[in-house]
Amino acid sequence: MVSNAPAHRPQAAGLPTPMLPQPFQIQRVSQETPDTFTLVLQPASGTAPFCFLPGQFNMLYAFGVGEVPISISGDPAHTQILVHTIRAVGTVTKAIQKLKPGRVLGVRGPFGSHWPVAEAAGHDIVIVVGGLGLAPLRPAIYQILAHRAEYGNFELIVGARTPADLLYHKELERWRGRFDFRVHVTVDSASPAWRNNVGVVTTLIPRARFDPWQTAALVCGPGVMMRFTVQELLQRGVKPENIYISMERNMQCGIGLCGHCQLGPYFICKDGPVFAFDQIEKWFALREI
Amino acid sequence: METLLPILAAHPFLAGLESKHLQKLAECASLVSFNPGQMVYTEGQTATHFYLIRYGRVALEIHTARRGAITLATVGEGEFLGWSWIVSPHRWHIDARALELTRAIALDFSCVLRYCEADHDLGYEFMKRFAVVLAQSLRFLKLQLVDVYGV
Repeated sequence: MVSNAPAHRPQAAGLPTPMLPQPFQIQRVSQETPDTFTLVLQPASGTAPFCFLPGQFNMLYAFGVGEVPISISGDPAHTQILVHTIRAVGTVTKAIQKLKPGRVLGVRGPFGSHWPVAEAAGHDIVIVVGGLGLAPLRPAIYQILAHRAEYGNFELIVGARTPADLLYHKELERWRGRFDFRVHVTVDSASPAWRNNVGVVTTLIPRARFDPWQTAALVCGPGVMMRFTVQELLQRGVKPENIYISMERNMQCGIGLCGHCQLGPYFICKDGPVFAFDQIEKWFALREI
Repeated sequence: METLLPILAAHPFLAGLESKHLQKLAECASLVSFNPGQMVYTEGQTATHFYLIRYGRVALEIHTARRGAITLATVGEGEFLGWSWIVSPHRWHIDARALELTRAIALDFSCVLRYCEADHDLGYEFMKRFAVVLAQSLRFLKLQLVDVYGV
């Protein structure tokens, strides 16, 4: 459908070289789930705007510990702050979790390709996310809602393991109250007190309202979830070239030099992380890589 | 009867069914509603009807002594509820409880079965639709077992 190649990738003002981390100060920390938190960062010196496109990521550096690639989860229109939602699962993310407001992180970026939000104007939009996958797509949601009239039906499908694992509770509630798009939420298991959907996220795809021939589908979540989501979307008739997925690999340099994130002919950090499904289909299903 | 035909025709499960078949099904159909918390059916009960959900949401539950009701899945608008009637001994094998005000088309299974036996074209159409529902349920259930957020 559209190209999301990082040809016109914006660079953050004040980041002179891609390998040099810039200091950003933690303004606010909010706990999303027991192991996931959101950081609001500001440039430690100056007020240069930080521009990015939805789907791009930064390398966050916990000084003395190491770097991790983390998707940007804030509003691209708010260029004075930088928002990241992080799950504390490894050494670096656990070190970042311990940092309090006022402490400083190193930031390199933004890197990678983006969700084709602007390019999908005129289409129905279906966004399918699982678990932490909502974070990299939240900037796309902000951008679509900011230009809502330019799109057809907009369906957001959110899955999580349990209600306690859902990100951005308040925001989801606010979005559900809007009349101009539909938000579906499901969890894999819940107590009877949960009055919403129970079942894997793919169960909601047949219920979503969109014209498969005129739909851009944006998908992010664990690999297995994305694989089955893509199958359901194809079954509904969405064209492979209109399905976009965000891939995850061991990204280190962020600019396609080190080769750690290679997938077939692509470097996820440079050519991805967002790919059209038809672009990556051949490697998506390979078990060996 | 005249009012039920368009309602039946509008349900996704019956989409594309010939008018003559819809007319037969209309003879087996009634409109029902369930209040929040009301049981649609209970494990062990004889299955006399199956349901096409028009609005609302129903939880499929298994009751356990220690943990109470465990929700396995939910069924919502435009979906099919209850296939235990297909196979003998025609008893529900789980509970179904309305989570919110739910309106549905109830189809009397013995009536539907009678028409399907008499008109194999209708029977075949029905079985094709059931096969899709069953395959989809199985696919989703397998994925649920995998715990996609834990792998």
